[in-house]
Amino acid sequence: MDTRRIVVAALATGLLLASCAEEQATSPGSSGDGQQQSCATKDLPLFEPGTLTVATDDPAFPPWFEGPRRDYNGGYEGDLAAEVADRLGLPLEWVTEPFNKSYAPGQKDYDFDINQISITPERDQVVDFSDGYFNNNQGILALEGTPITDATTVEDLKGYQLGTQVGTTSLNFINTVIQPEAGAKTFDTTNDAKSALDAGQIDALVTDLVTTVYLRDFEIKGSVVVGQYPTDEQFGMLFEQGNPLGECVNKALSEIKSDGTLKKLQDKWLQDYLSVPTVTDS
Amino acid sequence: MSTGESGRDRDPGVLEPGTPATPQAAGRGSRLFGGRAVLISTTSTIVFLVVIAVIVALAPGSSIVGERFFSGFHLRQAIFGTPGTPSVVGAFFLNVRIFMIAEVLILALALVVAVVRSIPGPAFFPLRALAVAYTDLGRGVPLILVLYMIGFGVPGLGLQFFSSRSDVTYGIVALVLVYSAYVTEVYRAGIDSVHDSQVAAARALGLSRYKTMRFVVLPQAIRRVIPPLLNDFIGLQKDTALVSVLGSVEAARAAQIYGASQFNYASYVVAAVLFIAMTIPLARFTDHLIERDRRRRHVGAVT
Repeated sequence: MDTRRIVVAALATGLLLASCAEEQATSPGSSGDGQQQSCATKDLPLFEPGTLTVATDDPAFPPWFEGPRRDYNGGYEGDLAAEVADRLGLPLEWVTEPFNKSYAPGQKDYDFDINQISITPERDQVVDFSDGYFNNNQGILALEGTPITDATTVEDLKGYQLGTQVGTTSLNFINTVIQPEAGAKTFDTTNDAKSALDAGQIDALVTDLVTTVYLRDFEIKGSVVVGQYPTDEQFGMLFEQGNPLGECVNKALSEIKSDGTLKKLQDKWLQDYLSVPTVTDS
Repeated sequence: MSTGESGRDRDPGVLEPGTPATPQAAGRGSRLFGGRAVLISTTSTIVFLVVIAVIVALAPGSSIVGERFFSGFHLRQAIFGTPGTPSVVGAFFLNVRIFMIAEVLILALALVVAVVRSIPGPAFFPLRALAVAYTDLGRGVPLILVLYMIGFGVPGLGLQFFSSRSDVTYGIVALVLVYSAYVTEVYRAGIDSVHDSQVAAARALGLSRYKTMRFVVLPQAIRRVIPPLLNDFIGLQKDTALVSVLGSVEAARAAQIYGASQFNYASYVVAAVLFIAMTIPLARFTDHLIERDRRRRHVGAVT
């Protein structure tokens, strides 16, 4: 008898939950689809009304971000986000979003994520990207005096043990362009890859060019950037798929580009980082 | 979930989950409750699963979650790999290899430490103290820290032989060090469970301390601790994934690479299925051993 009561209760609970879920389903999708999005400050579809909520990973690194944690007051991406907020007429609020979570299904708890995320066609099917705001090349970092520092072509790199942070387009670059004989080692963070380079477990660390130069200048004593490789990759801001705010951010971004602000930001934060010899294909 | 679990010790007629409902099995217990228990447990299981399925299916994001976790296209790609991402199944062989090698080493090292810990006599105090310190440290320090210390620390030392091993080797060493500390305690429980009178009897028969341990204590001790040992090994199977922090691409890491490249989690589902496929046979085998041991001891009690 008891069992029957439990079964009934369970069924009822299930139906109740399901019906609640259905009600929720109608609310978020109903607005914004189809018609032109107005980009006036008051019409912007924001996560938090009256604020532009922008996410990035923690820790965030210079030269992309400068200043106190979650209260960045500079850096290329930090300044760019502030500039976007400014043009949309909104105050800016920083939140933390680990990269691996940035493509989880469901509603995002921010307006967009800016975290050196490269735009790729596969990723674009799952999330929305803004237009590119930085042309990202791959960089190869090694310890001074090791044989790999003599490499000038992709072919020269094949025989070495390369490592990179997992989940990056650098890994894709290693696997598809360099195709090293020993495969690639992958690490949870660039810091781990750095430790492996220090310990001699890998011959070179591959990551985006700017990061390699940063590591060379501030983190790994006696390291050199072997070269950069242009992969035609663009960094983009990441939006939940179908978020109409993307249009308005793109509008602001194209203004920032056309009036020379983006160039200024690049000169200010990234100039020292981009003058590195290029690794050729053969 | 199973109604059989709690009543198993008292009522041998109640079925274990997964056991087919044969008439003999039901007949062994109370005739009144046997059939009904099966019926009730089956019904409640079905209802439970249906409720879960209904909730998931009607959830507002069910289609997107389904696409993100169970898309056939992505499951296939994750299994076979793409030019930019490794095959999760291929990477899983590294887990199996790490597990196989580590398991053998753990069984040996832990046995040595356990035996050292139970050597009597004041002269052996330093050895015993060392064994105690090792088990305390090994169980207390997080595996991930041991992995980092050995995987990045030892090669950093610049020693001749020890500093030029592969990251998989360092990973196995870290797993062996940590898991041996647990397994030592399992062995010790087994050794302590052998009654003192057995040792006294063996010594009275003229067996040396070594022979007493080797032929009287250990055979009984090890047989008793096989189920908890296997339990630890199931944990070990899953922890092989942690070796990836040192750089090698095993199944969980391959899944992560695929996920980040395609923005899809189906690869994690593939990895999970592989781990389950490795773990479940061992878990069932453990159950089987426990059951056999229980039956054997019951027989012993009657005679």
